[in-house]
Amino acid sequence: MGGVVERIVQKIREESKEFEEVKIMHLCGTHEDTVSRYNIRSLLPENVKLLAGPGCPVCIIPDEDLQKVFHLLEKEDVILTTFGDMARVPFEGKSLFHYRAKGKDVRIVYSVFDALEIAKNESKNVVFFAIGFETTMPSTAVAVKEAPENFFIFSAHRFFVPAMEALMPNSEIDGYINPGHVSTIVGVVAYENLTKYGIPMVISGFEPEDVLLSILMLLKAIKNREPLLMNEYVRAVKYEGNVKAKEVMKEVFEAEDGSWRGLGVIPNSKASLSKAYEDRDAEKFFEDVFEDFVPKEDKRKRNCLCGEILKGKAFPTDCKLFMKACTPRDPIGSCMVSFEGTCNIWAKYGKSL
Amino acid sequence: MCLAIPAKVLEIDYPFATVSLGGAKRKVRVDLLEEVKPGDYVLVHVGLAIQKVSEEEVREIERLWEELLRE
Repeated sequence: MGGVVERIVQKIREESKEFEEVKIMHLCGTHEDTVSRYNIRSLLPENVKLLAGPGCPVCIIPDEDLQKVFHLLEKEDVILTTFGDMARVPFEGKSLFHYRAKGKDVRIVYSVFDALEIAKNESKNVVFFAIGFETTMPSTAVAVKEAPENFFIFSAHRFFVPAMEALMPNSEIDGYINPGHVSTIVGVVAYENLTKYGIPMVISGFEPEDVLLSILMLLKAIKNREPLLMNEYVRAVKYEGNVKAKEVMKEVFEAEDGSWRGLGVIPNSKASLSKAYEDRDAEKFFEDVFEDFVPKEDKRKRNCLCGEILKGKAFPTDCKLFMKACTPRDPIGSCMVSFEGTCNIWAKYGKSL
Repeated sequence: MCLAIPAKVLEIDYPFATVSLGGAKRKVRVDLLEEVKPGDYVLVHVGLAIQKVSEEEVREIERLWEELLRE
């Protein structure tokens, strides 16, 4: 495989000669990890800019969802389960780990199925704080269908394809690298409607060769204005995606307008539990608890550029807080918390411009 | 969160399978996939196998790379 990278980079250099500047945005935190880990930006010609988009499911969750979960923990004696990096996201200096230290029953799980097991073995109510895009949603959907009486979902799941649709009109981006594992579920078919914006897209795998090859495919497509939709990750992404997973998602979730950090409200982007499963919806079951809920603003985050970074309008190094007030050990913004957050990745591997 | 890791299926106990994830054994759900059998490779994401990955398709990418680099 050794020579492949050099050959692709050489081709990229040839293809990019005629452009003044090309802006490519990737849409998955794991792609940023590959890009930074292998310092891919340093291999690209000056005129090819690689930007990070809103592809981190922890980062895009607005503070309001997090505050609601904190509110529930303060008012109700429940077992709160979630993924590890979500538990570290701060709001006004508190996080779910902070609540655990104060004696609340917060448990970190590897999957929703572990949370389901806890519910089956405990008499208390168990709430799973569910985050993630279409990659993660099918597992929550499967668990909801098997949920015992004491198992509830606080859904902060977001559909990714509507977010792409919100980004594309009037975009300064010349080409997109689509999220590989979201695509495993939704399939190539999910992006066909987006080709009307005339911006080439490529579904990409996560090896450095995959990302470089995807950039090469995009450069060729940008030059010729076709094809507008390509699949580099053929070893995992089928045209129709995972049909069974899509069916169970459709049965358990319904789309509502949802807010995203940095991007505002995006139509049909929030996955709430459908009518048939609303008795498993924590926000409905604990309705009374949320009656006096008032969203607030975290003053510590006023100078945090996480929202701009998620839009590809800023790099972590543009932020005054980066590696000063905000570090992986003591993060202020969610982009510094998550393993898929651009700030966290840049902190880990160093500046990769 | 969005990461999915290829794993080899060792044993099926439907809807679960024991898989080898880089040498570590784990129990994962396989019921959103068609006909999974021992020896298959699957992509695992938070305890759920989300897609089968065949060796043939892994070779397909190499062919695609060759094609693009030849042009």
